[in-house]
Amino acid sequence: MSEQLLHEKVQVICGRDVQQAEQYSPITFRLQPDELMGFFERIKSDTDLYIDRLSCITGIDPGKDSEHMEVLYHLESITAGILFAVLISVPKSNPIIPSVQSIWKSANWLEREIFDMYGIHFSGHPDLRRILMPADWEGYPLRKDYVTQNEYHGIQVEANEESKTNSL
Amino acid sequence: MSQIVQPGSPLLVSEPNKFDAGKLRTEEMLINLGPQHPSTHGVLRLEVLMDGEIVKEVVPHLGYLHRCFEKHAEQLPYNQVIPFVDRLDYVAAMNCEHAYVLGVERMMGLEGKLPKRVEYIRVLVAELNRIASHFIALGTYGLDMGAFTPMFWMMQDREHILRMLEWLSGSRMLYNYMWVGGLYFDLPVGFEEQVSAFVSYLRPKMDELDTILTENSIFIGRTAHVGVLPLELAINGGATGPVLRGSGLRYDLRKVDGYSVYPELEFSIPIGEGKMGTVGDCWDRTWVRVREVHESLRIIEQCITRLTSDLKRSKEFNPQEFVPGKIRPKAQDLYARVESPKGELGFYFRADGKSDIPVRCKVRSCSFSNLSLLPEISRGVLLADLIAIIGSIDVVMGEVDR
Amino acid sequence: METPGTPLAELGKPYRESFGNSGIIVSKIDDLLNWSRLSSMFPMTFGLACCAIEFMSTGTQPYDMDRFGMAPRATPRQSDVMIVAGTVTFKMADRIKRLYEQMAEPRYVISMGSCSNCGGPYWQHGYHVVKGVDKIIPVDVYVPGCPPRPEALIEGILKLHEKIKTESLLQS
Repeated sequence: MSEQLLHEKVQVICGRDVQQAEQYSPITFRLQPDELMGFFERIKSDTDLYIDRLSCITGIDPGKDSEHMEVLYHLESITAGILFAVLISVPKSNPIIPSVQSIWKSANWLEREIFDMYGIHFSGHPDLRRILMPADWEGYPLRKDYVTQNEYHGIQVEANEESKTNSL
Repeated sequence: MSQIVQPGSPLLVSEPNKFDAGKLRTEEMLINLGPQHPSTHGVLRLEVLMDGEIVKEVVPHLGYLHRCFEKHAEQLPYNQVIPFVDRLDYVAAMNCEHAYVLGVERMMGLEGKLPKRVEYIRVLVAELNRIASHFIALGTYGLDMGAFTPMFWMMQDREHILRMLEWLSGSRMLYNYMWVGGLYFDLPVGFEEQVSAFVSYLRPKMDELDTILTENSIFIGRTAHVGVLPLELAINGGATGPVLRGSGLRYDLRKVDGYSVYPELEFSIPIGEGKMGTVGDCWDRTWVRVREVHESLRIIEQCITRLTSDLKRSKEFNPQEFVPGKIRPKAQDLYARVESPKGELGFYFRADGKSDIPVRCKVRSCSFSNLSLLPEISRGVLLADLIAIIGSIDVVMGEVDR
Repeated sequence: METPGTPLAELGKPYRESFGNSGIIVSKIDDLLNWSRLSSMFPMTFGLACCAIEFMSTGTQPYDMDRFGMAPRATPRQSDVMIVAGTVTFKMADRIKRLYEQMAEPRYVISMGSCSNCGGPYWQHGYHVVKGVDKIIPVDVYVPGCPPRPEALIEGILKLHEKIKTESLLQS
């Protein structure tokens, strides 16, 4: 399916003009958080798209000055050979997105990881807790303004003073 | 609860029991497996809720090897990240490097511009490393089942591959060999002959492996009909690689995406057919891995033929010819994926066009998604079957935890 | 007594000459105990990351740890030496301490690889990596490398043997 046709199909499903994100490979569409669940359910059952797989969810913090964070969903159809992505923006002050784990089981752990690393809350997730970091760790490590804590259970965290502020 | 001694038996007449076995109180038991355990293939902790010997629920706990790869990738230039990429899936480091350099080269617009010899050497070492990774998977899987001999045989054969890769790149396991835009070194003189000798040495060994492991009736008894992964659950749960192919879907990124020089090579994709048990059980996944070693040997032979005929070594060939001095891609976002021995290994990059350090570099880890299916397929199995299921999924914790 | 001139008799000749044909050895008890201890150090299988694969390779051919008497044991209660092979993270740190305390004395620790020596390649930006396992437990031998070759690990083991030779269980 060509990118043009895919774009038109997505606009038909969403019922509105959908903006394509610039310089993204594969083709990426910007959506709003509240239309996420409906969109995913419809593309899963659509006879042209047959989207059956969510391969990856990525959390992105564009920078210290940015006021929003982004979540990128990579979707694939094995039968129709389509690969595209969906980009959602959330404000840093109130990062909440609906969880899609009821539609795709692979989203379960991927969303937990984004919560662990960025602090983005997925509403409706049955078990949202930290997956990689210890449960009593302070802060969300992959945010650009993250500063490591001094000590954890009595062990010094950083090797020296300069490595404390981990972001460039 | 079954009674060990039937009522009315002469044993109970002469010495009656005090308790009635059918009315005893039973409770669930919480067992902690790991993180230090011989059979968890790394530091995986499993919280297992058991009713007697039957597993009711498994909760995997990860993060014991979280080494902050993504944070390192946001602080270092693109080419300096390659040693860290090696350490993700440390048994198949060349495949991880291949995925990473493929992504960065696509961003720089170098894809398709590299000399064919570079691409063929990359495929050659990636397939050698695929064989080494499958050998570790099969050897340690046999060890979990109690078969000691295949472990030693597999490690011995893997030693040959490691020595060849050490001759090539200087290191046995973590190579830093594939660079963005080329390779670190060219093949040493005599390498192609050694690889051909290795291929002809290994083929009869694979028949021995079949006899001792895959077609061993004890192994079949322990792995057939165990841990059946239905195809729909596999696709929905994001499984890739031998886990997905063992459930019957012929999906391999080397054929689907056709990256690098794979479209010019002839090989087939094995899938699980339920020969010894059900489609999608542990035996099928193991069998897919064994057949993939055979296919990798085919690919290696074709690469060697090309590398000794029309792409043979010459004085003018410089593997670092196209390595850019400064890697500063234009502002873009890119997702590149590759078929690693465990599944779909993908790298997502965000470049801002202003610096030679990525804004975001995310690893789509195949073992992470494969492992997330463990709780689904291990309800109602025995504890020994749980060990069999973990081994058949073939996780590498370096990739799961990054 | 073997017939003189046969191979078995020739084999035993140096021993008989040093023992004076009576089968008595004179040694310090310390030396004897140390020799018996170092000849059968059981390592605990404590592979964390990439170094674990090289540790496994050391156990199989052609490097073979077993010829030094080292048979890996899974439980800390039955092992003498803990080879920390791989990166130590904060989540794992409490467990390492616990396993070390579960080992029976005399116990030793070999830190294998860069990551457990000093944090390794992750020392600068690794927020979750402990910068060296010696921040948690006392280490006897450090084996450098990333990962160390099996020969390097064997050299580390032999260094541990030398350390044990100088110890004295009776006078401590």
